[in-house]
Amino acid sequence: MNPSYELPRDEAGYSFGFLDEYAKREVRRAILKAICIPGYQTPYASREMPMGRGFGTGGLQLTLSLIGRGECLKVIDQGADDSVNAVNLRQFIELTCPGVDTTEHTGEATLIQSRHRIPEQPLNSAQVLVLQVPYPDPLVVVEASEAKRKIMHGEGDYSRLLTKLYEDIVRFAEITISHRYPTRINGHYVLDPSPIPRFDIAKLDHSPALILFGAGREKKIYAVPPHTRAEPLVFDDIPFRAEDFNDAQGQRRACQRCGASDSFLDEFSSANGTATFQCSDSDYCNQRVAAGNGVSCEVTS
Amino acid sequence: MNSAILTVEKLSKQFFLHEQQAAIPSCAEVDLQVFPKELTAIVGPTGCGKSSVLKCIYRTYLPGAGRILYQNEAGHTTDLAQASDHRVLELRLRDIGFVTQFLHCLPRKPALDVVSEPLLLRGENRETARDAAADLLRLLNVPERLWQVPPATFSGGEKQRINLARGLISQPRLLLLDEPTASLDPDTSERVIDLLTTIKAKGVGMLAVFHHPELVRRLADRVVELIPQKTLCHE
Amino acid sequence: MRKVLQVSNLGKIHGNGCPRCVASTGPDVGSNICPHCQSVVANAAISFDLHAGEILGIMGESGSGKSTIVKMLFFDEDPSLGEAIFYDNGHQWNLFSLNAAQQRRLRNHRFGIVYQNPHLGLNFNFSAGGNIAERLLMSDLTHYGQIRERARDLLTRTEVGSERMDESPKKFSGGMQQRVQIAKALSTSPPVLFLDEVTTGLDLSVQARILDLILEIQQELGTAMIAVTHDLGVIRLLADRTIVMKNGRIIEAGLTDQILEDPQHAYTQQLVASAL
Repeated sequence: MNPSYELPRDEAGYSFGFLDEYAKREVRRAILKAICIPGYQTPYASREMPMGRGFGTGGLQLTLSLIGRGECLKVIDQGADDSVNAVNLRQFIELTCPGVDTTEHTGEATLIQSRHRIPEQPLNSAQVLVLQVPYPDPLVVVEASEAKRKIMHGEGDYSRLLTKLYEDIVRFAEITISHRYPTRINGHYVLDPSPIPRFDIAKLDHSPALILFGAGREKKIYAVPPHTRAEPLVFDDIPFRAEDFNDAQGQRRACQRCGASDSFLDEFSSANGTATFQCSDSDYCNQRVAAGNGVSCEVTS
Repeated sequence: MNSAILTVEKLSKQFFLHEQQAAIPSCAEVDLQVFPKELTAIVGPTGCGKSSVLKCIYRTYLPGAGRILYQNEAGHTTDLAQASDHRVLELRLRDIGFVTQFLHCLPRKPALDVVSEPLLLRGENRETARDAAADLLRLLNVPERLWQVPPATFSGGEKQRINLARGLISQPRLLLLDEPTASLDPDTSERVIDLLTTIKAKGVGMLAVFHHPELVRRLADRVVELIPQKTLCHE
Repeated sequence: MRKVLQVSNLGKIHGNGCPRCVASTGPDVGSNICPHCQSVVANAAISFDLHAGEILGIMGESGSGKSTIVKMLFFDEDPSLGEAIFYDNGHQWNLFSLNAAQQRRLRNHRFGIVYQNPHLGLNFNFSAGGNIAERLLMSDLTHYGQIRERARDLLTRTEVGSERMDESPKKFSGGMQQRVQIAKALSTSPPVLFLDEVTTGLDLSVQARILDLILEIQQELGTAMIAVTHDLGVIRLLADRTIVMKNGRIIEAGLTDQILEDPQHAYTQQLVASAL
């Protein structure tokens, strides 16, 4: 987005947060319902936003309906505050929500909109995390009919999803789902936690912060309310495994920039072809570097 | 004196063929009794409904009129002409055996299993049932090489012996026999006669149709003679 | 013998239905289409009971409404009339007044079905073992090792062979697919099993082996079964008792050997007389 762009004078009468108050109210009602029925995909009237579907319009509508003056917003994409999608959304919100602060620090934010990651720094009960969702229904891979999927959700029947996992283990000796791992909320509904890695699933469980999911194209909102059980779908005898980032010797890899060995790592190929690893959460990494951690300060850009 | 385990009173049966709009009489006003340790033989010319009486008692035919009173071990009497299907199935399982001239069984089942099946259905385990079946087959002179072969390929006499063994294995209280030696060689017939004499002495009551008067003379304690019915045609 | 199922006045009407539907259809009229409202009376006034461990045959030509009976009992279709009571371990379940979750529970735990068309009973996107796993998972067994073991046992028992456990049933012959269906249906050891034309369309030799298997199962596990078929041979081999249907009604019921040797109804006589 062009940083010098201003709303046209005759359209400066746009509501705070772009959406009109009635639209926001409708979204908020859906949010309340979603919180009341943990994990349930609440339908809502997803609006056209001035950007393409698939660029986070679902998350954006949640954010715009929740944000008010005095809030502090953080927008991240794949853990980074400075990727194109995050920058775009942040600027749009700054433009349409005068009086709202933005930040890159997880600890300062009251509202965090994210794509593909949950921040490494634990969230607190004063924070709300909004996740952008491309495909809300985990059952879509095993059942084509939405009517039948609704019945399956209603009855808590996820046997076919588990059968899919069974087939995975049979064929590949492990569950191959790397992200969007189906997760059962409060013992009933199984949701698609948006494309967060398996590494982040544990952060959903009993999170002190409210976690909201918005699917703009599919017109669904769902929630993991604070302090709610979130359990990945598993077999009794095969424990859920998150990415461990161990090397061939079984050694946990560390971020080559900040040295962290407890964070989700992105893999890069350096110029000489060897693989290097770096925190996916840029704020976490920066904070650690600022605090004097870090092996070397050569950052390959 | 023992009381009868089977009392048939005024049993009549006729078939109504819808296609031909014809009633075909089979047996009429049959009275007979069967006592434990005795064999009652039904005699009469061909077509007088001897087999039909047996089939009515076994409920393979629906009795038309009359009563078929069966008294069980506890002294309780059931009218087989009126009893429910389930009651009849129960009696077939434990009390009443039927040896026919024909054998219906699964095409793939070995003879030994065909014979032991009634015991399995009663909840015996497979080994006990097979042992009992083997004993009977040996007694009936069925060559051991045939035991693992399905009876579908057997000769008439061999099939009949399988059938007999199957009827006898469950040691019923009442045994219905429809020409049990019809296609047997004299030697095997003798074995069958011996076997029937033995189990009769053990207390089994029998009702039999024999094709040979000699057998009636040797085995029967009572004889009931049926008279042939005239064919009545409707319309 | 213990009663497991009591069906009373069961019926299914496709269409709006009217008060005269049942009286205006049936074998006496020779039709199951109501002349007043054009509704199709698939079946009506169906009453019978099923005892533990017995096989009840339901015989009739195509369109006689026989398959609809088992589909209603398995909750695949909703009945329009009547009731059915399932007796299970001292419990009585009035099948059609249960809620969806209760019905699903019975369907997953206590009933099994084998369809004529394996596509209805099997998911061809899953392996043979996966199909059994699905039913076990539905009945709340979520231990991978136990599921594998149970699937291996069942597929060995039904002569599919455990070495084919991880293949898709898509590649199997018709007889093999029926065996997988039977293994799947049996996986939860249900006291009641519904067989809907299980051998129709199979080669004769394959048919006989499937029937063998069914009888062995009945003798070993004491499973009560309802076998729907238009094949007299299947009835003769499987059923202890038989119901004969025409135009959606029961026209005759009795012991199987009696139905075959002394049929009472004109239609049954014709059926038996024309059997090969």
